[in-house]
Amino acid sequence: MSQALISAITEMREEDARQITTQLLDGGADPLKILDSCKQAMDIIGDQFENGEAFIPELILAGEMIKSISEILKSHMTEEVVTHKLGKVVIGTVQGDIHNIAKDIVVFMLDINGFEVTDLGVDVSAEKFVEAVKETEATIVGLSGFLTTAYDPMKVTVAALKEAKADVKIMIGGGQVNERICVYTGADAYGQDAIAAVSLAKQWIGA
Amino acid sequence: MFPMPENWKELTVKERQTARLQAWANAGLEFTTPEAKKAYEQRTRMISDVVQLKKPERIPIIPWVGVYPAQYNGVTVEKLMYDYEVLGDTFRKFNADFLPDSLVSCSMIGPGKVYELLNIQHYHWAGHGTPPNTSYQYVEEEYMRADEYDTLINDPSHFFQHTYLPRVVGSLGPWAMLSPWTNVIELPLVAMAAVPVGIPNVQQSYQKLLAAGQAALEWFGAVGPIENASMAGLGLPQIISGITKAPFDYLGDTLRGTRGIMLDMYRQPAKLMEAMERLVPIAIELGLSGANAANSPFVFMPLHKGADGFMSNKDFEKFYWSSLKVVLLGLIDAGAIPYIFVEGGYNQRLDIISDSGIPAGHTVWMFDQTDMKEVKKKLGGWAAFGGNVSGSLLKAGKPQEVTDYVKRLIDDVAGDGGYILANGAVLDDATAENVHAMIDTGKEYGKY
Repeated sequence: MSQALISAITEMREEDARQITTQLLDGGADPLKILDSCKQAMDIIGDQFENGEAFIPELILAGEMIKSISEILKSHMTEEVVTHKLGKVVIGTVQGDIHNIAKDIVVFMLDINGFEVTDLGVDVSAEKFVEAVKETEATIVGLSGFLTTAYDPMKVTVAALKEAKADVKIMIGGGQVNERICVYTGADAYGQDAIAAVSLAKQWIGA
Repeated sequence: MFPMPENWKELTVKERQTARLQAWANAGLEFTTPEAKKAYEQRTRMISDVVQLKKPERIPIIPWVGVYPAQYNGVTVEKLMYDYEVLGDTFRKFNADFLPDSLVSCSMIGPGKVYELLNIQHYHWAGHGTPPNTSYQYVEEEYMRADEYDTLINDPSHFFQHTYLPRVVGSLGPWAMLSPWTNVIELPLVAMAAVPVGIPNVQQSYQKLLAAGQAALEWFGAVGPIENASMAGLGLPQIISGITKAPFDYLGDTLRGTRGIMLDMYRQPAKLMEAMERLVPIAIELGLSGANAANSPFVFMPLHKGADGFMSNKDFEKFYWSSLKVVLLGLIDAGAIPYIFVEGGYNQRLDIISDSGIPAGHTVWMFDQTDMKEVKKKLGGWAAFGGNVSGSLLKAGKPQEVTDYVKRLIDDVAGDGGYILANGAVLDDATAENVHAMIDTGKEYGKY
């Protein structure tokens, strides 16, 4: 672990984070160890988000830093790294809704926390969710929607997954989603933000 | 049009507000019945009282309505965007059946034909990218690049004409070839500025714009009588006329996108601040021009990217509130009443927005998911407020639950006046029984 790199990322010092990465590589550091530091930094930022100390700008900037560090590391990796994935998630914004900002943050946070995420994008029909679950054998489905008109498509999608006997847990999320809508749609749970999505997913796979 | 008094410059801010409220209350409508006239006077009086933090005779009920009237009338939103007769039937029916205390306007539905002629790229609308029964939705991208701040700051109008519009309005793509009209300062420069207009595809873009203009005027000509029928026939005053935004949302929604502007907060904060300052007078003028044209004092301001979770309070004060406050003060100075719709939650922001630099009795704050008891504690006696009946309750609840919720809300926060009953998130999808339960409970239980 590089404390200097972790600090640079958690303190949002973007340029420093890149420089430290290059220095570490020049000094012969193992790229995988550098990735571990990135992961550690994201855990800290995730905790800060949960405690109301970090917010969306920090999540987005941290995401950018990790992306650019990964780019730098790529040229130093001799072989494809096969990381053990915690579980598989299929996610998308439901039919009729094209909002993607919050969903993209959820995808990123699930990914960085070790899940293999299939992102179906926006305006995704119930059939597409069912197909994707069959194809990927995912055990978790995330339905996103920003508008109140997303309630019914969520309900329809949950019903279609049940109809297809998909062995999945379903979470819903979005600006107008709450406990009442969770019950209305028949989903297993709802989450207020990306961190909640990660803890639900971890809880469901028993991690 | 707001008839501005001749001594406008000598009036105090409070007198200007009063002048606008009075002009709005005496709108010169030809009411179809004496009852409609009386109802109009009562409603404008109740709303004026609330703004000025007095106890009205009854709590005014001003639902924030999106595309729900289409569902209520059993037609698609797409139909309303193309068939103005159905548009009129639908909104007249909605206003007559629910009788809220302000006009539910059909103007936000918009004309599909105009959007098609212009080949709008940055929105999807009913039947054009989204299902026929949904509201329009924004396709968020970085329509202004991170390195274009100086171009925007230097000349916002030219940036819109030359860079932004060609990116988002398909038919205006060739406008990227136009030169700034501020170049026209000597006779030879007149000709030079006209040269790009002669280029064949620029000519075509103007042809399309002319057709769109004609279609927009047709739509506008249809909307006027529809609104007038409900205003003069039912006595419903128009609340929302002018619209503007917080400078942070102006940039973040329209130009840079969420990701873009959030990165700018870290990567180029000074440029971001400078650009927002540049947009302040533009945002004020945008709001006032609408308020003046419709002769309504209210300027609708939806707040988006400053909600809880979007940034820290420290960043909110610096990046969001500082320039928003200047816009609010500019509107208030002109006698207008910012009617602020606070989307999402603002539980962390109440201390900041209840800013003693903003005079009491000059703003209206409508909330979505903010704790209303806290709102009353922080805003009570300083600004009118309301909202909070949730979209989830109106869609998935039972009428009795809605009634109970509204009663509790009134008990909790409406006691001293200065309160408006409204839903939280824009009404797109609900059951008619629930919407009736909200409005009818307000009318019965909301008498002071």
